[in-house]
Amino acid sequence: MIKLLVYLAIALAIILIVQLMRIYQLSSEVKGKHIGKADDDDNRSQGLLMLLFVLALFAGLIWLLFDVRGKMLPPAASDVGTISDNVYMFNWIIIFIVFFATSFLLFYFPFRYKKQKESKAYFYPHNDKLELIWTVVPSIALAVIIIYGLSLWGKMTGTPDPKSMVIQVYAKQFDWTVRYSGADNKLGRTDYRLIDDASNNTVGMDSKDTAGWDDFMVRGEFHIPVNVPILFKCNAREVMHGVYFPHFRDQINCVPGITTELHFTATITTDSMRKITHDTAFDYVLLCNRVCGSGHYNMPMKVVVDSPDEFKAWMAKQHPFFADLYNAYHKQAVPTAMK
Amino acid sequence: MENHAHADTHDTAHHAGHVHHHEHAKLSFIEKYVFSMDHKTISKQFLFTAMFMALAAAIMSTLFRLQLAWPGHSFPVMHYFLGDRWAKGGILDPNMYLGLVTIHGTIMVFFLLTGGLSGTFANLLIPLQVGARDMASPMLNMLSYWFFLIASIIMMISLYVETGPASAGWTIYPPLSALPQAIPGSGAGMTLWLCSISLFVVSSLLGGLNYIVTVLNLRTKGMKMTRMPLTIWALLITAVLGVLSFPVLFGAAILLIFDRSFGTSFYLSDIYIGGQALSQTGGSPVLFEHLFWFLGHPEVYIVIMPAFGIISEIMSVNSRKPIFGYRAMIGSMLAIAFLAFIVWGHHMFVSGMNPFLGSVFVFTTLLIAIPSAIKAFNYITTLWKGNIIFNPQMLFVIGAVSTFISGGLTGIILADSALDVAVHGTYFVVAHFHIVMGLSAVLAMFGGVYHWFPKMFGRFMNKKMGYWHFWLTFICAYGVFLPMHFVGLAGVPRRYFNNDLYPAFEKLQHLNIIITVFAIIGVLSQFIFFFNFFYSMFKGPKSEQNPWNANTLEWTTPIVPEHGNWPGALPEVHRWAYDYSKPGKGVDFIPQTVPMEEGEMDEGEHV
Repeated sequence: MIKLLVYLAIALAIILIVQLMRIYQLSSEVKGKHIGKADDDDNRSQGLLMLLFVLALFAGLIWLLFDVRGKMLPPAASDVGTISDNVYMFNWIIIFIVFFATSFLLFYFPFRYKKQKESKAYFYPHNDKLELIWTVVPSIALAVIIIYGLSLWGKMTGTPDPKSMVIQVYAKQFDWTVRYSGADNKLGRTDYRLIDDASNNTVGMDSKDTAGWDDFMVRGEFHIPVNVPILFKCNAREVMHGVYFPHFRDQINCVPGITTELHFTATITTDSMRKITHDTAFDYVLLCNRVCGSGHYNMPMKVVVDSPDEFKAWMAKQHPFFADLYNAYHKQAVPTAMK
Repeated sequence: MENHAHADTHDTAHHAGHVHHHEHAKLSFIEKYVFSMDHKTISKQFLFTAMFMALAAAIMSTLFRLQLAWPGHSFPVMHYFLGDRWAKGGILDPNMYLGLVTIHGTIMVFFLLTGGLSGTFANLLIPLQVGARDMASPMLNMLSYWFFLIASIIMMISLYVETGPASAGWTIYPPLSALPQAIPGSGAGMTLWLCSISLFVVSSLLGGLNYIVTVLNLRTKGMKMTRMPLTIWALLITAVLGVLSFPVLFGAAILLIFDRSFGTSFYLSDIYIGGQALSQTGGSPVLFEHLFWFLGHPEVYIVIMPAFGIISEIMSVNSRKPIFGYRAMIGSMLAIAFLAFIVWGHHMFVSGMNPFLGSVFVFTTLLIAIPSAIKAFNYITTLWKGNIIFNPQMLFVIGAVSTFISGGLTGIILADSALDVAVHGTYFVVAHFHIVMGLSAVLAMFGGVYHWFPKMFGRFMNKKMGYWHFWLTFICAYGVFLPMHFVGLAGVPRRYFNNDLYPAFEKLQHLNIIITVFAIIGVLSQFIFFFNFFYSMFKGPKSEQNPWNANTLEWTTPIVPEHGNWPGALPEVHRWAYDYSKPGKGVDFIPQTVPMEEGEMDEGEHV
């Protein structure tokens, strides 16, 4: 019943507006004003609005810049991330200059050159010199941007440090498993047909590969040492996921069937970052950044960047997944391999 | 009126020798308004369908924006639209959230900004502005619309299937889109999505081939390529892009259909889902990404190119000045069109493809900034020392240039692979492409509707409502997408149902609320447009022969042209379309049909 009344009210409102429109239209005709075409009054008011708009746009942008201070990401916490922040700043400066200049002219000219009685336009079909200038100048600016950007891209995606610590990041709906390669720094072979959640073999580790006997897996949170290059090998179980480390300014997709790589060196420990941000609850986080299903938003993983001592202590508490095989094998050979 | 006079003399001069094959027999209602082969009617059909689809997609966006601003709250409006199945107690279901963002994106990109924009304006303007009686093949043209309509209907039906609509994002990356076990939307909803898009591609190809042939073969006497209005250049280049790239999407969709239904493994490999290991091996989801973006990137230029054409035409007419750098405008569009085919990899910097390939795409992508900059500067120079008339369409195209600049500039960040990886897949990307492609194209499309409404319906739209519509839309557009950049720079990923688990993102929740408020006002203000549109269609003041004093040929037809467009002979063209305020002339416009005077130079011919 209420729905019906609402529909009725909407219908009546439309009829009312239609009638008002007709009255407005008739009265305009009487006054000799065209209701479809702009006249000098419109040009004056709309021209002024153009100018006011661009000022309001600039004011809004500046307000936003102040408003978000301290609410954005803290300074980058990785080697490549630090360079990334610099490249960003360089690009932002160019972008802001061009934005303010072009936007202002774009809205100022309509205000300045609005049609009024007796005003005339200037016939100006082309000017080769001007056009050459604004082809060449952006080209030079872009060349600098490209070179600066690609030099960082080279560092990000170039050959990883051979001494990198190898870690697997494994994504599934809707959580992460992180596997450490142990003392041999080699990840054991996996096969998706060996996946067995009941026995916690989340990533499908193959017990036949001895390289994997010292591997261990963690969930919920994982630790990395500060100032040690890390090589992440990324995999996914059923659909694509995205490894996204906002604080380290890096990401890569996890793709079923292939292994993707990501490498960087964390430069600030969690504790130091808590001091920098004045936030005792601060934590680095790993986010999924490739839509992967209904729980996509629901799979963060805490990342802890440890000092070397803290990391050693944390490692000592971990147990290889194939603990029995590992212990049997190492009983004689290297009894303290994990230390 | 002068224009009219010229057209008339011209017509009478040639009339004697011509016999016209117009539909002398009366057309039935069905032939005239439903299964019509008249390009003008087909244009209106595209416009009406696209308006309806866009309204649906806009409502979807307000629903998921409500969820993002006030996560977990109960909204009666949510329940009204989605019912118990998807919004029990007025609280949005996470699966439906993904369904809404997916279908919102699909409709806006394909059905509004591809089918709606090109379909409406290519159909209306190509024959009228090149001086043709109709498209090269009116039959294929009609089929193009009907395929589009069927595709639209199937897409809407997919919202009502039990497992929900496709929900893997508008890019439908497999394996998520291939496995119904992974997300309910990849069941029947995804099947319907693929059917709909396949039919959409058919429609797009039928239309595109027709546009190309018409522009190349049916130009009237004197209409050299270098005299064509930029609208026609833009629509021609758009059609070429579509014809070359849409078949690749079709291929990608067919392979996905095979993976979904026939056990092939084009995109699938080493998958363990629902407690069992699938037998497919050897495929790669990255292949899909390559195929999809080989269409997907030209697609954004298919969207923006007609907007360029419309902006150029409207800006020139309402500045009473020739478009600045006509040749450079054509050249930059051709350059953009060429580059559009070799930049698709910038969507894939994080896909795992070879990083060296990534650097090649960085280079080609940033090259596009050069012709884009030329366009922006040329538009600004067109305004300089103009005699600017603020008809509503002029406001819209100035707005479109503004959003093109703002959004284009943030593109510099995203084109740079090393910077992209820091914000890829966040709201920064969402803000960027909505501004540069969505808003620019939508604003230009609105401009086009206000400008050519008198040609479509023989009546004017109300300018005051047009002003209100523009300012509300434009302010809300920036109100939505300016703050959204900052949400993205703070690292908030897109397509997150809520950010409850991330205390760091809580600090920016007030921006999410601002965005949603602007989005709602923005969507509501579209009703001003809808009202103005339908009211003026029937009751608006009657149009004149050449309401905006423009030079192009469409204003030499009768106010409401019949099928065949010109009752007499086709007009003959003697000059380019931009002789506005030419020195030494009494009037500030010289229609293309006016012969050149002795010693007068055709500016379009300038090299």
